[in-house]
Order: sequence, then structure tokens, then C-alpha cells
Amino acid sequence: MKILVPVKRVVDYNVKIRVKPDGSGVDTANVKMSMNPFDEIAVEEAIRLKEAGVASEVVAVSCGVAQCQETLRAAMAMGADRGILVQTDVELQPLAVAKLLKAVVEKEQPGLVIAGKQAIDDDANQTGQMLAALLGWPQATFASKVVVTDGKLTVTREVDGGLETLELPLPAVITTDLRLNEPRFATLPNIMKAKKKPIDTLTPEALGVDVTPRLATLKVEEPPKRKAGVMVGSVDELIEKLRNEAKVI
Amino acid sequence: MVRDQETLSLLLNTVARFVRERLVPAEAEVARTDHIPEEIVAEMRRLGLFGLTIPEEYGGMGLTMEEEVQVYFEMGHTSPAFRSYFGTNCGIGSQAIVIDGTPEQKARYLPRLASGELIGSFALTEPGAGSDAASLKTTAVREGDHYVLNGTKRFITNAPEAGIFTVMARTDPMKKGADGISAFIVERDTPGLWVGPPDVKMGQRGAHTADVVFENCRVPAENLIGGVEGQGFKTAMKVLDKGRIAIAATAVGVAERMLQDALRYACEREQFGKPIAEFQLVQAMLADSQAEIYAARCMVLDAARRRDAGENVNLQAACAKMFATEMCGRVADRAVQIHGGAGYMAEYGIERFYRDVRLFRIYEGTTQIQQLVIARNLIRKEKLYG
Repeated sequence: MKILVPVKRVVDYNVKIRVKPDGSGVDTANVKMSMNPFDEIAVEEAIRLKEAGVASEVVAVSCGVAQCQETLRAAMAMGADRGILVQTDVELQPLAVAKLLKAVVEKEQPGLVIAGKQAIDDDANQTGQMLAALLGWPQATFASKVVVTDGKLTVTREVDGGLETLELPLPAVITTDLRLNEPRFATLPNIMKAKKKPIDTLTPEALGVDVTPRLATLKVEEPPKRKAGVMVGSVDELIEKLRNEAKVI
Repeated sequence: MVRDQETLSLLLNTVARFVRERLVPAEAEVARTDHIPEEIVAEMRRLGLFGLTIPEEYGGMGLTMEEEVQVYFEMGHTSPAFRSYFGTNCGIGSQAIVIDGTPEQKARYLPRLASGELIGSFALTEPGAGSDAASLKTTAVREGDHYVLNGTKRFITNAPEAGIFTVMARTDPMKKGADGISAFIVERDTPGLWVGPPDVKMGQRGAHTADVVFENCRVPAENLIGGVEGQGFKTAMKVLDKGRIAIAATAVGVAERMLQDALRYACEREQFGKPIAEFQLVQAMLADSQAEIYAARCMVLDAARRRDAGENVNLQAACAKMFATEMCGRVADRAVQIHGGAGYMAEYGIERFYRDVRLFRIYEGTTQIQQLVIARNLIRKEKLYG
């Protein structure tokens, strides 16, 4: 079985985000970029399935600017076998990415797509679901455990108030939650080997997908500054404030 | 060898992340227990850190010096004990074999050094021969197809962990200086080799040194490095040229870490109603540190590039080692000063770095020895071309 893993290039999770002075978006000039952490979990899960003999090939795919190639190299350094870059300078929105991924799925015919549940830049949490809908495939989002047996998929999901276990036929789309696994560090020799692994470059035009943005961003703002806290003198005072001022207990 | 920017950035980012996520959180524990946890050592092996500089045909990564120093800039952002553990395999513990070893010696030892299965150690210093290394007294006497070693080596880094030692010993007692010295590979379980208890040091807890004693220790003649007597001191000096650039790079990395800690503290700590970073006297300490770090970083990269290009970098390595380590000492002092009373307390960690970095100005040739090396190079050049 072939597994397709979409990976997104986002601002590194350690970077303090700065909003552009004109409020048109986030300043990404000279900012460190990395693979979306949820996508790392997706790559790790795919590699584990390959190591367990369930998957035969892991293909990483990234949509966006030319530098997304670095994100694909990072996935291949972890253990993905090859990469596909759908290159465009257009700002991609979730529906456009889902359409591009659908075209790639039709070309590659994977048995399983494992995606991150959301990207840490726009937190949209849409692409995996949209892809499943466009393909007409079953989906299991927010996966915290994935088991593949006899062509069937058992996925444990983290939902409000507990865990839900689903059984799905293949092919299917999974999106990963934080606790699915702990991604490995790529070893330094594997990083060297990754540069020899192939990357195919495609374009939205070649895939017949119109990626024109459907949504317009009106304004991006910094979150409000945190207000100073209050020191309380005793536990009794704390309980009194929680009950009567904050009204949380 | 990497030689392409994309792969090198991915490699350096991975090291930076390993440092940030795994090593920095373990710093205090390593200092308290004087021991690097086994799982961290295993992870360092798996990452491939032990084989950074060992040629690719022997299972390493064959990084150029320019690439290697950039790894050390990143590794410097945590306690030097971590780099010390794998650093001898990339540097003084393997390089005598890499530079001057016979093909058989390379094939026998380098793959296991690259994987970290074997720890390499470099035994030059003696109780009576520190800076004056050429006066060393350990002897190696040929008896049939063996050499018999007798003598004591002192302050040997990683000796408690080492599986092999590169040992400099005198094979020709008639020659008092450097010409009578040869280099040997001695395996740890060789009868007659004793490793003393770990030394109690000022800092760098987690990294160990000890005495290594040879009492009628019989070493097979095929373990004479390069197979030729009398070359050992030259081999040692070539190893040290490289080692000096590596120490300079580590000093730059640790200085960057200390400045970062001091900067964070200065931006958070408020006195007289505002963060102390807004006071010009504090700013001067931050600025001087940054400028000196930048200068040292440039020197290290230049020396590394020249060595990669095949130049003799005896002078540049000494300059970089002297400047970077003295700079690191000044930055450590300012970082403690910026922290004020907190800087003297163990809780903040900066006093630990202050003690750790004191060693940089001493080992791999003291500052004063670097001054002699630099001056001798200048005078020799003046006599030749002046």
C-alpha cells in the first residue's frame, strides 16, 4: 500500500509571530520556516506503517512556493521515499489545496492519505476533511491511534469527553492529533541521503486546478496584550475571588 | 561532506532542535549527577554525531571543517559536556588515525568510532609534560612484534569511557625532543593499561578526565600509527591544529548561549522602574559581547575554510583558539555580572557556564602557548621572506 502525506511549510513553532504594520498578514520575511508539527506526526505515522510492513511506499507532497522543497527534504530525511512539489506563488487556501491533493491522489492512487489535523499558521482544520469529501472517501480526523488490519482501518479519535473508535474501509483519509506519536529526529546520515531522493515538480495548471483564492483577508491583528495579574493573600481570598469575581467555581 | 546549503541547513536545524528539546532540559541533571543519561548517549549515537568527521567510506559523514564548526556553534548552545562526549570521536580521539593511520588501522577502528560503539581518547599530556609536550617521558620499547609501553598520562579526556587511546610515547630515548616520539593505538583491555578514578574538576561535570597508566603494556607493532617511528609528535600537532579550531567553535557557541541568557534576563529583570536592558551600562556589556562573538565566529569560519582548502593553518588555528576562548571568558564574566546576585546562584545556570568555559583557555594548548605559536609563525616568516 502506498501512503500519501501532505506536508505544509509554516513559520517555525518557536518563532514569535509578528503582524505586518498594515494589518494585511503575518510578516514572514527572514523568519525561520519548518514543517507543520501535525504533518511531522503524519510523516512519522506513515513511516511506522512502512516499518511494520503495512505500507510499501511513503510519498510526501507539498503545495506552495519553491522553498517547500526544503519541507519535502525534511520529510524524506525522516524516511519518506520521494516527494511531489505542486509549485505556485499564489496564496493557497484550504479548498485549493484539497483540490490539488485530489488531483495528486488520482495520479498516485495511494491506499491511504495521512494529513495533519490542521496547520499551526492559519489553524483552518479543513484540508483533510475537504479532500475526503472531494474524493468521496471515508475519513477519520484527530486520530490518536491507527491500526491497519486486512484492508481495514481502525482509528481511535480524540473527541470532547473521551475517545471514539471508528472502523473504515480503505482507501481513506486520516488526520493526526498531537498524541498519535512522537516524531523522530532525522538522523544526520539520513539527512545526507535525502538529497539523493527524487522530487517531482508539478503545477496547478498541469493538474487542471484553479487555485484562485475564494476568500479575502480583511485584517490581521495582534492578540490583545495580557493584563497584569493580581496577587492574593490567602487561599480563602483566592476561592472568594474565583467564586464571586471570576464566577468559575 | 554536505556542500549544499539546503542539506546543511536541514542538518544544522536538526542539531539545533536536538540541543533545544533534549540537551538543554537535561543540563541541570547532568551537572548534578556528573553523568550523561544513557538514553541521551543512545540518541546521540543514533543521530550520527560520533561520526561527523570520519570519512564516508568508514561509516562517518566526512564533514568538512567548515561544516563541522557550524555543528559546534549549535552544540555550544548547551553544556559543553555533551559535545565533549562525542567530540573526541570527531576530533582528537580519531584524527590521528584519519590523518596518518595505515589503511588497516582505518578499517579496523574508524567504523566503530563513527557509530559511537567505541569511544576514542587522546593521551599526550603527562604529570611532567603539559605545555612542554615534546618532553614527554612515557617510553615504548620494541620487543619482537610488540612495543612495551611504560609511563603515566594525565587529565585524559573521556579516559573512563574510552575503548581506544591514541598514545604518544618515546621510541628513541637518544632523541630528547619531538623527533623521538611515536604515536600508538592502544586498546583499553590491553594488559598493563590502567585508568585512574575520574578527576574532580571545577566544571564540565558529565565530561570525565582521568590518569592513564602503562605498566609493561604490550602493544602490537601494527598499532604504531602510520607504521613509522618518530612521526608521533608531528601527528599530534596536526591533530591539535584541527582540535583548536573545534574548541574555538565550541567557545563561540557557548558564548552565544550565555549572551542569550543574559539578554533574556536583562529584558525581564526590572530595576528603577524599567528593564535593566534599557540602561546603557548594561547595553555596553551586551554590545561588547555580541561584537566579540561575531569577530570570533568569523575567525573560526575563515580558519576552517583555509584548512579545507589545504592551507597550513597552524597560525590561524592558534589565533582563533586564543581569541575565541578568551572572548568566551569575557562574555561569561559579563553574563554573570548582568545577572547580578542571581548570576552567583546555581539556580540560574549561568554560574555553571562560567565554570565550564574556564577550561577553554587551558586545554588544547593554553592561551600562552597559542601566543608562542603565533609569534613563532610570524618570526619564521620574517626570517624566510623579510
